[in-house]
Amino acid sequence: MTGDPVLTGAGIGARDGGAVTPFVPAPPAPLTARLGRVVAEVWPTAASFVAFILVWKLVIAIGTLPAFILPAPELVAQRFVSAWLDGTIPPHAWTTFVEVVLGFAVGAGAGLVAGYALARSRLIERLLSPYLVAAQAVPILALAPLLALWFGPGLLAKVIICGLIVFFPVAVSTMVGIRSIDRGLLELAAALRATRRQVLTTIEIPWALPAILGGLRVGVTLAVVGAIVGEWAGADKGLGVLVNLARGSLFDIPLLFATLATIALLGIACYLVVVLVERRVVGLR
Amino acid sequence: MTDLDPHRHDRPGRPDRPGRLVAEAVRVSFSAATSGAPPTIALDALSVDVAGGEVVALIGPNGCGKSTFLRVAAGLLRPDHGRVVLDGVPVTAPDPRIGLVFQEPRLLPWRSVADNVTYPLELAGWPRERRAVRLAELLHVVGLEWAAALRPVQLSGGMRQRAAIARAMALAPEVLLLDEPFSALDALSRERFNLELLRLQERTATTVVIVTHSIPEAILVADRVLVLSPRPGRVVAEVRIDAPRPRLIEALDQAFVSRAAAEIRSHLELGEQVA
Repeated sequence: MTGDPVLTGAGIGARDGGAVTPFVPAPPAPLTARLGRVVAEVWPTAASFVAFILVWKLVIAIGTLPAFILPAPELVAQRFVSAWLDGTIPPHAWTTFVEVVLGFAVGAGAGLVAGYALARSRLIERLLSPYLVAAQAVPILALAPLLALWFGPGLLAKVIICGLIVFFPVAVSTMVGIRSIDRGLLELAAALRATRRQVLTTIEIPWALPAILGGLRVGVTLAVVGAIVGEWAGADKGLGVLVNLARGSLFDIPLLFATLATIALLGIACYLVVVLVERRVVGLR
Repeated sequence: MTDLDPHRHDRPGRPDRPGRLVAEAVRVSFSAATSGAPPTIALDALSVDVAGGEVVALIGPNGCGKSTFLRVAAGLLRPDHGRVVLDGVPVTAPDPRIGLVFQEPRLLPWRSVADNVTYPLELAGWPRERRAVRLAELLHVVGLEWAAALRPVQLSGGMRQRAAIARAMALAPEVLLLDEPFSALDALSRERFNLELLRLQERTATTVVIVTHSIPEAILVADRVLVLSPRPGRVVAEVRIDAPRPRLIEALDQAFVSRAAAEIRSHLELGEQVA
């Protein structure tokens, strides 16, 4: 209560003198300072990566593992670069990337709508939730061959498999987010004669956004899993196919590792995109 | 001429001034949680007549239905019987002529103070430039110009409630309904904010109905104090506070205040015995 203006009874004017420091946006920092911040943020990640490579190298050095079980990190790195440059990985990576993006979009879109409906209607919740949970309880790995059979070896089956696996976390987090809305704010909106649509855009979405973005974070990494599983169930292209090729007919174990690294990088990239979006839209709170 | 102009209503003091709020025999009951049990009657045959520009305080024990009455008056709750009429027009739904201030500020945490204050204007479809003009007036009136860009979490409780009052005034309502607006504040701040509220009321000639459970608060702000009985709430007494306006804390005669307080207290106790 320190900042309250003192009132002398002469009228409420701008007698502020607030002790709450006015918020002044920081001026853009010089380049070196910004670089310093980036370094400060990134170094733990970089250090853990270096440690990971060192442990890997150590296992190679002290163990007597044959190269087809665990190739040395430099061998994998070399193969990673060559496979990207000679056109072995790029077409497969592109196929998987498209499946992930479309599958995520479809699954997340459906999850948002379903989560909202589940939160707003007890009836819909009772009708749908058994199927939702059942669909989630059956491993996608077991479901994928059936979906591949139904929808063919093309893109469609993968998008559906991807979408299914993304759907659940997004739907649940949306439902939880919308359910947790402060009823007082809804009453405020009612007193101000807000329309259904205005309630959605000015209260429900902003309120639920942090929860929804949490669900999207989980969903986007699962989308990569869904794409690979879908490819295993039947495909002629994609990183999942390449894993099988490298292990089987090609028997190129460094390529297998390079493909795994590509899958991991794809997952990390997708995750980072969601995190950046999250920082932009809710970072200000 | 805006609503913040003190001469907005040409004929002050006349009973036909705008902002006359009449509640006629309002009855509200809530169905019981367990089936079979009788419904809870929150308000029964509650009648109130508030003149335009008048400040009325409703006081009563906890659970006497004070807040329920404000919800009915704001058009958020339909009574079982009776009705609320503002300037001859029944209030059956939330109404732009009525501004409501809740016990908690209820600001949207992701919006700045400025965007919270103009929220009703935004919902009502005002264009941005008009909103900005109105925002400047409102912030000036509640003394929050310096806080326009701040978020609610950066403000103290009293400041937040001030922003909420500015928001309730945004559409220039004829009537301002306040539900224990300063009950979360300490006694000193409370007195200060109540005086501020009075200055605002004097400037805008808005009709004010304030719900409180504090006798000193009621005497400080009101022209009339209505004492409600315990549930079901009914008006059991009316105490006139004949102190001059603009009301200043120094000008309130202590003997008068204690007499009024004693009278209100006796009615409160009587109401409890009757129930």
